[in-house]
Formats: sequence, C-alpha cells, structure tokens
Amino acid sequence: MNVLAVTDEAREKHPLEDYLRVDRLPHIWCPGCGLGTILGAFLRGLLKSGLTPDKVAVVSGIGCTGRVAGYIKLDSFHTTHGRAIAFATGLKLAKPELKVVVFSGDGDLAAIGGNHLIHAGRRNIDMTVLCVNNFNYGMTGGQFGPTTPETARSTTSRAGNIENPFNMSALAAASGATYVARWTAAQIHQMEKSIIEALLKKGFSFVEIISPCPTYYGRMNRLPTGLDQMRYYRSNSVVRHGANPNEVGAGTNGQIVTGKFIDIERPYLPGPRDGENGG
Amino acid sequence: MSDREHLEGEHFMSGDEACSEGAISAGCRFFAGYPITPATEIAERMSDRLPEVGGTYVQMEDELGSMAAVLGASWGDAKAMTATSGPGFSLMMENIGLGVMLETPCVVVNVQRAGPSTGLPTMVGQGDMMQARWGSHGCYSIIAISPDSVQEVFDLMIKAFNLAERFRLPVLVMMDGAVGHMYEKVVIPPLDKIHLVTRRRPDVPPGEYWPYMPDEDLIPPMANTGEGYRFHVTGLTHDERGYPAMDPEAQDKLVRRLVEKVERHRDEIIELEEDGTDDAEVVVCAYGITARVATIAVERARREGTRVGLLRLITVWPFPEDKIKSLARQVKAFVVPEINYGQISLEVERSVAGMARLALVPHMGGDVHNPATILEAIRQVIK
Ligand SMILES: Cc1ncc(C[n+]2csc(CCOP(=O)(O)OP(=O)(O)O)c2C)c(N)n1
Ligand code: SF4
Ligand SMILES: [Mg+2]
Repeated sequence: MNVLAVTDEAREKHPLEDYLRVDRLPHIWCPGCGLGTILGAFLRGLLKSGLTPDKVAVVSGIGCTGRVAGYIKLDSFHTTHGRAIAFATGLKLAKPELKVVVFSGDGDLAAIGGNHLIHAGRRNIDMTVLCVNNFNYGMTGGQFGPTTPETARSTTSRAGNIENPFNMSALAAASGATYVARWTAAQIHQMEKSIIEALLKKGFSFVEIISPCPTYYGRMNRLPTGLDQMRYYRSNSVVRHGANPNEVGAGTNGQIVTGKFIDIERPYLPGPRDGENGG
Repeated sequence: MSDREHLEGEHFMSGDEACSEGAISAGCRFFAGYPITPATEIAERMSDRLPEVGGTYVQMEDELGSMAAVLGASWGDAKAMTATSGPGFSLMMENIGLGVMLETPCVVVNVQRAGPSTGLPTMVGQGDMMQARWGSHGCYSIIAISPDSVQEVFDLMIKAFNLAERFRLPVLVMMDGAVGHMYEKVVIPPLDKIHLVTRRRPDVPPGEYWPYMPDEDLIPPMANTGEGYRFHVTGLTHDERGYPAMDPEAQDKLVRRLVEKVERHRDEIIELEEDGTDDAEVVVCAYGITARVATIAVERARREGTRVGLLRLITVWPFPEDKIKSLARQVKAFVVPEINYGQISLEVERSVAGMARLALVPHMGGDVHNPATILEAIRQVIK
C-alpha cells in the first residue's frame, strides 16, 4: 500500500476538527452509512447557529446512532437504551442555560424510549431531538422495529414485516413538538438548515433524518449499498413544507415526503431565563 | 438565603416529610419521580418545597425516566434525588447501573412495601434489601442506609447526599412503609451545625482533564457540564479519558475501581448502633423499623436474665461483616428478624461463618413483627 506521509504542519485542518474527537477515529460506522453525513451536517449547523458550543450538551441513547455522542467534542453523554430524552430532561431542567441536544436512533426513540419522547413533547421541554431513522435496529444486526415499513424484510422479519410502522414526525407533532421536520440524508443542505432552525427554536424541536443502513436494512431490501439507498431517497423524496405530518408517512416502498411540517409557538419548560444558550 | 431553605426548629412530621426536609437541608434542588405508595408524600412535599428554594420538581412518565432524569440533573450540577417503592425501584435499576458506571452522585429513596409485585401497596415490607445490593446488572458496590425513626430519616438524608457527593454514586436510602408513615418529633438543627459535602471538581484546565482519572482515593473529580471541559461519559466500559475501551483489561481496571472505591472506605461509610453487645451471649441484628420492634424483645429477654445485645445496621451496604465476625467470636448466637424471608440474614450467616448459631425470624410483611416472636427466637437459640 502506498501511504502518503503528511506532517502535522502540512496537514490542512478539517473545519470541524475542533468539534470532533479525532483521537477516537476511525469511527465504528460501516462504509456507506448515513451517520457520518448527518454528524457533519449537525456540527456545521451548530457552528452556524451562533450558539456557544461550550454551552451545548449532546445526549445519546444506545445504537449506531447513539455512538454519535462519543465522536462529538462537546460535553456529551452516552446513556442507556431509550433513556436519552429522560436524561436530557433532567440535565436541561437542572441547568437551563445549556442547549441540550438528543441524538439517537429510531428504535431508541420510538420503541424502548417512546414514552419519554411523547412526554417530552407534551411537556414541551426546550431541547432538540435529532432522530436518525434507518428503519431498523442497526446496532443489533438489522431487526425490524417500530419504523420498519410494512412488508420490509429484516433479520427478524425475513418474510416481510407484518406490523404497521410509526410515522415519527407525526408522533412528535401529535405529542406537542413546536418544530418538526423530516429530511433524508441525501438532502444535506436542507437538513443542515433545519438543524439550525431546530437548535434555535424554543421548546421541543424534532428533526427526523432518514438515513441509509446499507449493512442491514439496505442489503435486505434490495438497496445493498449506501449509494443505492441515497439514490433511492433522492429519486423518491419530495419537499412539501407545511404538509400535515399525519398524511406524510415515510418508508422505502413509496414516496418520502420531506420538509418542515411544524413551526409553532407554545409555552415550554423550563421557562425563559437570562443568559440562556438557545437563541 | 430565604428562611424556607432550612426549616430549623422542632417539628412533628412523618418519615416521608422528614425525608424531604433532610434532602432540602442537604442542598437537594432536583426531584424527579413517579407517584407510588408509601413514598408519594415525599414527592408531594418536594413539589411544594423545591420551588420555594429555587429547585425543580418534575413528575416523570415512569420510574425509568425518573432515574434517568435524576442522573441528568446531577450532571447539570444539582444535588438530585428520587423516591419510590418496590415496583418503581425495580424500574430504576437500569439507570442506577448507569449512575454507578458514570459515577453520578444522587440519592434514591425506597420506602419499602410488601411484595412481590404490587403486593400490599400501603403496607410495610423489607423485601428489597438484596435488590438494593444486586438489583442492577453487572458487578459493582453500592451504599445503602436504613433509618429507624423519623429523626433518623432526616439525619440520614443528609448523610446520603454527603456519601453520594463524596463517593460519586447513587446512595440508596432503604426506608420502609412504617417509618415513612410514622409521625414523630424531628429536630432540624441550625444549618451551620450540619456538615455538607459537595463533589470534588477538577483542578486542571479543560485540555488536561480526564473524566475518569481517579485521585488517590479512587474517586475522580467531576467536571461540570457547560464549563468548557467537553468531556465524554458513557455507560460502555471506558478508560480514564471516558472513551469506550472494549477489552478485558479496561473492564478489569474499571470494575475493580468501582468496587474498591466503596470497599476501601468501609470504615468511613459504615455506621452502626450497638446496645449491650459487649458481654452479650445473643445478638439481635436488625435494621429499619424491625430494629425498633426488636428493642422490645431485647428488653424482655434481658428481664428474663439473658444477656442480649442489639446490633442495629444503619449502613446495610457495604455490609459490616467485620463487626459481625468479631461479635461471632464472642456470642453464642445471632437472631435476625426482618420483614422478608431472609435476606440480610444470609449476609450475617456468611460473616458468622459457623462461629455461632443463627436464627432467622422471617416475617412476610403487611405489618411489623410481633415482639413475642423475636423473644421466642432468642429463647430457642440459646437453649
Ligand atoms: C435495555 C436494552 N435492550 C436492548 C439493547 C440492545 N440494543 C442495542 S442498540 C439497539 C437498537 C438500536 O436501534 P436504533 O435506536 O434504531 O439505532 P441504530 O443502531 O439503528 O442507529 C438495541 C435493541 C440494549 N442496549 N439495552
Ligand atoms: S449497521 Fe447500519 S446504521 Fe449501523 S453503522 Fe452499519 S450501516 Fe450504519
Ligand atoms: Mg435505527
């Protein structure tokens, strides 16, 4: 192999390097996984948002997405499966000047953590939830979960999923979120813009990001590479801002409606205070 | 400081109310919980009191979330607690484990009722003593203390927060339904007479801070969120930097330290009360409400001419095995009454190691022991 030796001085600094734990690279994610793209969009969005990074805390649950907290160089917490939002609720209530961001997977947030998700929405806790929806439990090897489209195959539904999936954006909106948007990992700029809006929104903001998991979901559903899945998303998604989230399911056997669905004002917890990081 | 921050003076209150007041005087400013008898009054009083002192009460959707929120709040620089009973305690075990792993100071109160399952929801039990020790998965050490009076509930809440802050772990206050619902006089001392401990903070700048680099006492200083330390903490096995380390060596190093930081400080942690054990031929070993019931049996046995001592476990975990061992060399027998089918008696048996006889006096709960039953056990065991 030809290894190019680059001295530290000659190496060009990556613009996000100060916000990544570079000493932990390479990361654990598979080639073609959408998580790197989404992490990049989050960090760029965060830096553009004007928030003070040292006053931002990231909380993750468990899963491939849950590993995000470990690569971000901010105060970051890798908690238990499903409990990220509950942990983040305590953190935010105890220290309101923090901007608290939950970064977790669809299984973590909608299955084992579903109760915390809906109640955080109901309370309208001032936090941002970034939900990476790859339609399955990636970390444990591609089992079906609460977002897996009907008929889709997984390692525990080899003949096709017989359950009806949750529409995550609709769930967040119905629970009381003040901001709800959905993008695919192929819509990098819109995703980044939405992340900025969500970070600056008061109350419970929720961004669903549909992301390829080529290793499991893709491979088992005739989209075997990350590129196949990205192409699928690109050609099957439409942008419809303001669409009723109840009418815009997301899956890989139909059209994916993306856009900003909800952007409203509602009293939130904890109440506004001086010196708060959150715009 | 507002005069509501510390209710100095004499009061007549329940154990649950004293629990809340002890917490407030200890500096607790965050409570997350879910209502459950016989612990509900703690939540009710905290919901009144915390807003008065600038703290936060949040009623979570369940005990899984309550425990997680308590950990989050502790990382948000609050002395934080929850209170529950058996069914909720089971649900909290998941994140008590996370609290152990992230080394998060906090206090968990269990006002025990009789189980298993929903059991006798309003009535006394002591069936969660082993769950307190081993209830979360994996290997760890924990601290659990057990008050026997309303005054002691107040006092031990202060001790619990101090231990949590000092040793960076969840401290379990194992009350019971009888102590929780009992009304007694409580004296709240002036604040300057109360010794309060707060977590040690790092004395190095952010760039040099490793979240799990322990000091000599095996306890790492804890950075505050939002102060630029940019730390990472994880429930995965981790190294001193807080980074996941997926190998047996890292596991060995971490788990040994988590256990040793408690075990090595047993003398500092363990608090016991002894009455007449010096020349005893029989020692009754009890905790919580059962220790008070046992006092009656002990007094009656003494009137019958038996030399009986009472060893009251204020600290239940770590278990005071050295004390039991040294008593075992001197006495003929131990009597262990508890409101379960034998939990702490197993620890007594292990510590006694055959050096003395042992009589368990089990009671299934719903009410306390009849002192006559304990007395009869004392008579039988020295026959
Ligand atoms: C209480 C508990 N149950 C099960 C697991 C195993 N587990 C780890 S990650 C995971 C699923 C993660 O799925 P998702 O949240 O969608 O994240 P992804 O890996 O797809 O990003 C499961 C079931 C666990 N860690 N804890
Ligand atoms: S299993 Fe799927 S979600 Fe997990 S890293 Fe691999 S591609 Fe990404
Ligand atoms: Mg997933």
